[in-house]
Amino acid sequence: MAGDKVVVLGTYVSMFSMRAQVALNEKGIEYEKKEEDLANKSPLFLEMNPVHKKIPVLIHNGKPVCESLIIVQYIDEVWHDKNPLLPSDPYQRAQARFWADFVDKKVYDCGRRIWATKGEEKEAAKKEFIGIMKTLEGELGNKPYFGGEDFGYVDVALIPFYCWFHAYENFGNFKTETECPKLVEWAKRCMQRESVSKSLADPHKIYEFVVSLKKKLGIE
Amino acid sequence: MAEEVKLFRTWSSGYALRIVWALKLKGIEYETIFEDLTNKSPSLLQYNPIHGKVPVLVHDGKPVCESLVILEYVDETWKHNPLLPQDPYEKSMARFWANFGDDKLMKSIWQLFIAREKDQDVAAVEALENLKLVEEQLKGKKFFHGETIGYLDLAFGWFADFVSILEEIMSLKLVDGERFPHLSSWIQHFMDAPVIRDCWPPRDKMIIKYQVMREKYLAAATPK
Repeated sequence: MAGDKVVVLGTYVSMFSMRAQVALNEKGIEYEKKEEDLANKSPLFLEMNPVHKKIPVLIHNGKPVCESLIIVQYIDEVWHDKNPLLPSDPYQRAQARFWADFVDKKVYDCGRRIWATKGEEKEAAKKEFIGIMKTLEGELGNKPYFGGEDFGYVDVALIPFYCWFHAYENFGNFKTETECPKLVEWAKRCMQRESVSKSLADPHKIYEFVVSLKKKLGIE
Repeated sequence: MAEEVKLFRTWSSGYALRIVWALKLKGIEYETIFEDLTNKSPSLLQYNPIHGKVPVLVHDGKPVCESLVILEYVDETWKHNPLLPQDPYEKSMARFWANFGDDKLMKSIWQLFIAREKDQDVAAVEALENLKLVEEQLKGKKFFHGETIGYLDLAFGWFADFVSILEEIMSLKLVDGERFPHLSSWIQHFMDAPVIRDCWPPRDKMIIKYQVMREKYLAAATPK
């Protein structure tokens, strides 16, 4: 749609920001990415997401949409004529929403516990994380993407976590590729898409970010 | 074409009630399977292996899990009496507030419900802040959806019932008509709306259930 103004308020490291960017890139939409400093939130940010004060926020012609999966669905519905992310069949859509919700409920918290805890708690988090990845790998099966033949909604929901794997693996002392080779194959396949590779952060920068965050939070 | 629709639920689950309402509002015939969550049926575990929770909708043998996902599935499958707005922006707002209800509002109200007396004032602060935000959403509207009941009303349905249960058990007024005129009004309209009003779980059973639950939490919180 000509004359659309699209802004994404996000951060470089946030896998949730990356979801919005991947979705917009898939649709070929031009947008401005604004990097938020969460320690020093901008007036625009506070105005656009007064309820949660969290990123990402999508601002479409001045109107804000919050919560990353809600943003991805919004993008899919507004720019519905190109690269649909959700299937058209209601049952397939429900499955896609279920699995994206599963990613939301499980991956972030568990991943965080890997780098934010130590000893037994860390070991437990690592085991749980591998379990979650195995479940997702099972759901992927032999399909090239979670969406089937085409890159879709669940792929968008999960792929941004891939750039965080290096940090999780370092702190948890494991290799996702060993535990879930098919999942890593899937991730590499996604990374071949420009929409994804342009949006994901450098895993080494994520690792450095976590190192400095741990220092700031006083977690050894 | 004869369709087979089954709903796995418990007698008290507010999440399952969302689906009961949605199916009834759309006039869909379905079979109810009541679950005892302390003794889950093999069917439930087969249809919802990931979470093992209710509700689960099984449509012609195919399961859909997670109540908000099920609501959208019901709305997309049986398109008459639409529950979600058509406009993508309005839809995203409905989804946002449904999530807010489940994440922030429910948690803060629950924290208040299980708070010890000395902690109640602090717990109330967050609950009241969240209520204010929801109150704003109802300005100029009879229901969250507008003139008729929709997705967001069903999503907040648990709240309409639970507020009165909490108020009775705790002997306090949480949603008073002065501070929350729109929310109070919505509660009254919703509780009594056709179809909605026929589905509420028995109040006396709910009071007992939540009283017992609250006592357990308070006992566990008390330092020995």
